[in-house]
Order: sequence, then C-alpha cells, then structure tokens
Amino acid sequence: MNDLNRRNFLLRAGTGFTAAWVSANWPALLSAATHAHRAAKATPPPKFEFFTPDEATEVEAITARILPTDDTPGAREAGVVYFIDRGLTTFAADNQKTYREGLAELQARVSEMFPSVSKFSGLSTERQDEVLHSLDESSVAGRPSFREWPGAQNFFGTLQQHTIQGFLVDPDSGGNHDGVGWKVIGREREHMFQAPFGYYDKDYPGWQPAAKEAEKK
Amino acid sequence: MTIEQPRYKTSEEVDFVIIGSGAAGGILAKELSTNGFRVVVLEQGPYLTEADFTHNEIEILVQDKLTNHPKLQPTTFRKTPNEKAKPQRAVMYGRCVGGTSVHFTANFWRFHEIDFIERSKIGPISGTTFADWPITYAELEPYYTKVEWEIGVSGLAGASPFDPPRSKPYPMPPLPVKSSGVIFERAARKLGWHPFPAPMAINSQARAGRSACVNCGFCLGFGCEVGAKSSSLATAIRMAEKTGRCEIRPNSYVHRIETDANGRAVGAAYFDEKRDTHLQKAKAVVVCANGAETPRLLLLSANKQFPDGLANSSGYVGKNLMLNSGGSVFGQFEHPLNDYKGFAVSRIFHDFYELDHDTVGFYGGGGLDARFDFTPISFAFGGLPPGTPGWGKDFKAALAQNFNRTMEIFCHGTSLPVENNSFSLDPELKDAWGLPALRLTYKDHPDDLKLSNWMYARAHELYEAAGSNKHWGFPAAEAQFAVHLLGTCRMGNDPKTSVINSDHRTHDVGNLFLCDGSSLVTSGRGQPTMTIEALAFRAADRITALAKRGEISA
Repeated sequence: MNDLNRRNFLLRAGTGFTAAWVSANWPALLSAATHAHRAAKATPPPKFEFFTPDEATEVEAITARILPTDDTPGAREAGVVYFIDRGLTTFAADNQKTYREGLAELQARVSEMFPSVSKFSGLSTERQDEVLHSLDESSVAGRPSFREWPGAQNFFGTLQQHTIQGFLVDPDSGGNHDGVGWKVIGREREHMFQAPFGYYDKDYPGWQPAAKEAEKK
Repeated sequence: MTIEQPRYKTSEEVDFVIIGSGAAGGILAKELSTNGFRVVVLEQGPYLTEADFTHNEIEILVQDKLTNHPKLQPTTFRKTPNEKAKPQRAVMYGRCVGGTSVHFTANFWRFHEIDFIERSKIGPISGTTFADWPITYAELEPYYTKVEWEIGVSGLAGASPFDPPRSKPYPMPPLPVKSSGVIFERAARKLGWHPFPAPMAINSQARAGRSACVNCGFCLGFGCEVGAKSSSLATAIRMAEKTGRCEIRPNSYVHRIETDANGRAVGAAYFDEKRDTHLQKAKAVVVCANGAETPRLLLLSANKQFPDGLANSSGYVGKNLMLNSGGSVFGQFEHPLNDYKGFAVSRIFHDFYELDHDTVGFYGGGGLDARFDFTPISFAFGGLPPGTPGWGKDFKAALAQNFNRTMEIFCHGTSLPVENNSFSLDPELKDAWGLPALRLTYKDHPDDLKLSNWMYARAHELYEAAGSNKHWGFPAAEAQFAVHLLGTCRMGNDPKTSVINSDHRTHDVGNLFLCDGSSLVTSGRGQPTMTIEALAFRAADRITALAKRGEISA
C-alpha cells in the first residue's frame, strides 16, 4: 500500500523498545519490515479483471449491505469489490460460476420482487435488504464448530464470506484498503506489540503464588 | 542464510530415512545426524522459511499454504465401521518443513505421572482399549527437560501444585500475561483453583539465535515471521542441517515403504514435485508422518508378505485414534482486552487433571486455559455470540463491540482409545496422486463428551466469578474433524495389542521405527506435542544405542 506501515513499524521499534532489545531482535525486525514492504508493493492497481463495470456496481452494492457505511467505514471504503474481483481470478477462481449465475439470479429476483426497477443497485437500501434476505439461507453468525471454515455456499453465502474477508484481511495482503476494516473492529495496525496489551493486564503486579502454595514452602 | 546440505543419491543406502519433518521427525533428524548417522528427511510439503510467512489469512485459511489441501488430499468421514464414509474435510495437519509445529498454538504441557499408569490405577473401561504405557513419566522426564532446553520452552517451574517432578527449571521466564490471563487468574483464584503461567514453546526472550516473540498476533495457524515460535523448522531442522550429515528433501511424498524377501525395510518410495517416483534406500526407516499419515503409509505399503499392511500383525495400525476432547467457551467483557495482541495462551490451570470417577460419574480429566486464538477474519466467522446476524449493520456493530473485548477459555481433555475409532484407506476416493484417501471413522466415547460438558460448566462458573458481560458456548458435539492425531500405532510390550515396542521399533519389522502422535498410548490432557517431542528425543537415544550395537542392520 505505502511505506507508512513500514516506517511506523521501524519507528516504533526505535522508540518503544530498549536499545538492547532492538539489537537482539534486529534481524527479525528487519525481516518482518522488509516483508511488509514487499507485500505492500504487490498491491494491484484498482482495475477490474473479472467483473464488467455493471457487475462491479451490483456486487459493490451488495457488499455495502453486508458491511454498510454508517458512522464508520464499510465495505465500499475498504474497496471490497476490488478484493473480490482479484480473488475471482486467483484464490477464489472456483467461484466464478457462482458469481455469474448468482448475479443473473439476483437480477431475476429483483425483477420479480420490484418489477419497476431494473437493477439491485437502483433499489433503496431497505428494498436491497429485502432482496438479500430472500437469497440468504443462513444469516446467523457464531458457529459451534471449532475453527471450521465455512464450507460451500450459495451465491449470497459466498459473497458474504468474500466481503468479510476483503474487509478484514491484513491490509498488506490486497484487501481492507487503508486498514479501514481493522479500524472498525479496533485492531491496531502494527507488526508488533508490547505488553501491557489491554485494560485488565495494565496494572497486573506480576505472578505471585497463591497463599496456600506460599505456606507450603 | 543458506546451510550447505549433503545431497545423497537415492541409490545410496543412507543410515536412516525419516519420513516427515514435524515435531518428531525434526528432532529425530537432529539427534540421529548429530550422533554421526547419514540421514535423509522426506517431507511431502514445501520448504518455507520465515520470509515466506505472512499475516495473510486468505493464504492460510482459504488456500492452505501451510496445511494439507482438501483438494489434493481429500478425506472422508463416517461415525462407525458399518457406514459408507462421505467426502468431507476430516483432518488438518501441517504440510511443510516443520510440519504442524510451524502453525501450532505452542502449548507445551508435560504429561503427568498418571497419564502413563492410569489403566492400572482405575481398571478397565468398557468399550475401550485403555492401557498403560510401557514406559513411565520418570523415564521420559529427562527428555521433557531436553525439549525445554534444546527446543525452547518458556514457563515457570513450581508454579502449579499439580505439576509432576522436574529435574531443571524452564530455560526462559513465562511470556507476558494477557488481559484474558489476568481475568482468568483472578477468577480462578476466587474459586479456589490454582492458575499458573502457561508453558509455551515460544521464546519469551532472545535465545539460541532466535528472536523473542514480538506479539504480532498472528500465531495459531500461522508461521512465525521472526522465528520466535519453537517449531521444528526454527530449531531442530536447522540443527540437523548444521551437522552436514542431514539432507532435508521437501516436496517428497512417500507412498510406500518397500521391504525385501526377509521382511526388512529397504527404503521409502516417494513422488517428487513432478510426480516422478524414486526409492530412497536406507538401512532403517523412521516414520514420523503424524497419527493420520503414518498408519496410512503402513496400510499403503501392504504386499504379499504383509497383506494387511506393514507392521500390522496386531491389526491395530490406524486404530484406537484419540483426538482429545474439549473446545472453547467464550466470554465478553466491558473494557478492551485487546487479546488479539500476542500469542494465544498466557494462563492455565490443572486442578481438574484427574477427576474422581465416583464423584463426577465418568472417566477423564483436563486443563483449562485462557486464550484468544482468533485473527480478524476467523473471528468474524467463529467468535461472535450465537444469534448475531451474519451481515448488515448489527453484524458490523457486533464485530466492533466484540473483537477486542472477547476471550476464550479452552477446555482440554482426555479421549479414551476406542478400537473402531481409526484412520484407514477409503475404498473409493483417491488423492491427486491416485492413492487411496484417508478415511476417518470416529464416534466419541460417551465419557469424553460428558467430560467436555463438565469442563464447559466450570468455564461458565469462571466467567461468572470474573463478572463478564456475557458468556456463551456450545454443548459438546461428536467430533468429525481431527487435529490431534493420537494413538494409531501405539506403543506396548504385547505385539498383539500394540504396533511398536518401547524403543519405537515395530514389532514386525526390525528396521522400521515409528515416532509421532501415533505412538501415544493415552491421550494426555489435551496438549500432546510436548510429549511427542520428548518421545522423539528418547527414541533417538534408543535407536542410536541399537544401531551402535549392530542390532538394526541385518
């Protein structure tokens, strides 16, 4: 994306840590920073490779209902449609058919539900949500299975997955433009952190044996 | 940094060919090459290094950059042997140099004395093949210490009143505490339990040429960019390479161990990257391919002399699989924990390591830990409370509210060995090389599910004591997905009920050794890798002694 992340990273390394720590960890720091830099440079220009401009407009409109823009940025600001477009020629190439057929199905659904409007993107957001609910087979998060990646999905389920991926992926990996997704969820965009990490550990006095064990000794 | 490795010809009979470069294979490669032997390690996955590791969740979670790929290596699942198995993702393991140790959480608990002798203590359990180990904790203790010092474990000796005896303290202090750990520690103490800093195979300080953990937050599932995680890749493999006697040969997928007319192993047949086949000759073969692929390879190696698979006179190859019971219970708090920073786990306790059957009404025991092992995308799919919408304004608001205020208590427990629970060859489905796919057959022993639910209830109690905003979990469900792969070629003195002896030598083939999760007789309490590595150090000593006495070569 840009050099900012790398510079922040090195600056923090220079100021936030002791010189001895930095010197002990220097090779690691350098390798991680170079790495981030390389990844950042690999970000492709925003140009559609799979979608036609019309398709991109429709897909972007759907992503904007999955992660809407309100008082914080949503899928539009994160450039999710570009992430999906690139995904459909790379890691998600298997889903090309799902998208082509799904977009046609979407069009049909829109005509059926709202005959006076020709496109999903032309509907009000309330009506867009009505259409999406009609296509959504399971809209509840919080899965019981341990780390099980969601399996094969219909068009809306696939688009839902890809939208979330494009919003929350590491910003140096070709999505989550400018890290806006991480800003929304409160994840700082650093390559490394130092304790204390959060509210509950900031005043931790250090580990002490429980009274009982202390007595034993 | 490139390290000069020897390049052995496949026709050259090396001393040992080791199949798999993970937790066990890496250590055996290091030890045997250090002891003067010529070693070839055949690893089915690629040779990736720190420079190849990223924070890219798409590569890791969607593309399986570090793990077995469901398209290349499809698997099937069924609950019981009289069903036809259905294709589904049933197993996940590391498929790269360093194996699963590259992406693991790095919880490094030792087993306790009881894990080795529990069958004698409590008697038989119906529906199981529950057995004692042929070795004791005392015999393994020096090797646990070796893992801690040579591979690198951070922790605090004496911090848990339930810990087994140890000969040396940890080489590094514990990692810093996380907010989840503080919440867990305070609430557990309130309830009279004994939390302590989690022993982790992650450097808490720069040591042995490796960086301290930089708390990047992409730990479970990811390769460590700074080499702080004590994977085989970052430790044992590099030590093996430095001997100048060990060749790591990546992209080498072993599909058969060949034997001669005398029933001795002569080497390992494998596909290279171009799918050309080769036979690496060796005086002895050591299989460390994990608890799924080790039995699969023995079954794939069936021939006229060994019609049921190599080293399978007991019929136990692939059987008695144990996956470890348990799962996560979630809690959400008022203030930010920011638990996405750092490694996963900082506090654990072992008060329930050995539950009293008469009190609770089932066999088992376990440990609970405080963790957050999600990354942003995996959290969006698996970390939100049940009933949260999967998209839209409320979904987005839930992400923003929960991501840095959520923690997990992971309940880790025993699995009982049940003969039908197994890895075997699917009769129909083939992998991308045309070999029979792995078939998982698994139905949890009822006690394992009771144990999980019992521990989940303790986790909820802990969240109550901690004053969480809300906490939630899911009732224990029968497993259909295997990560801990234990017991499938187990160790024992009786060739009728075990596959290897206490030297890790197969009962049936004198120059064939197995060492990995498949060797375990019992499941421990949820964290097997430390024990797999201690066994590997010990196996290397035993195998070296046999070789030096001339008892391996025909």
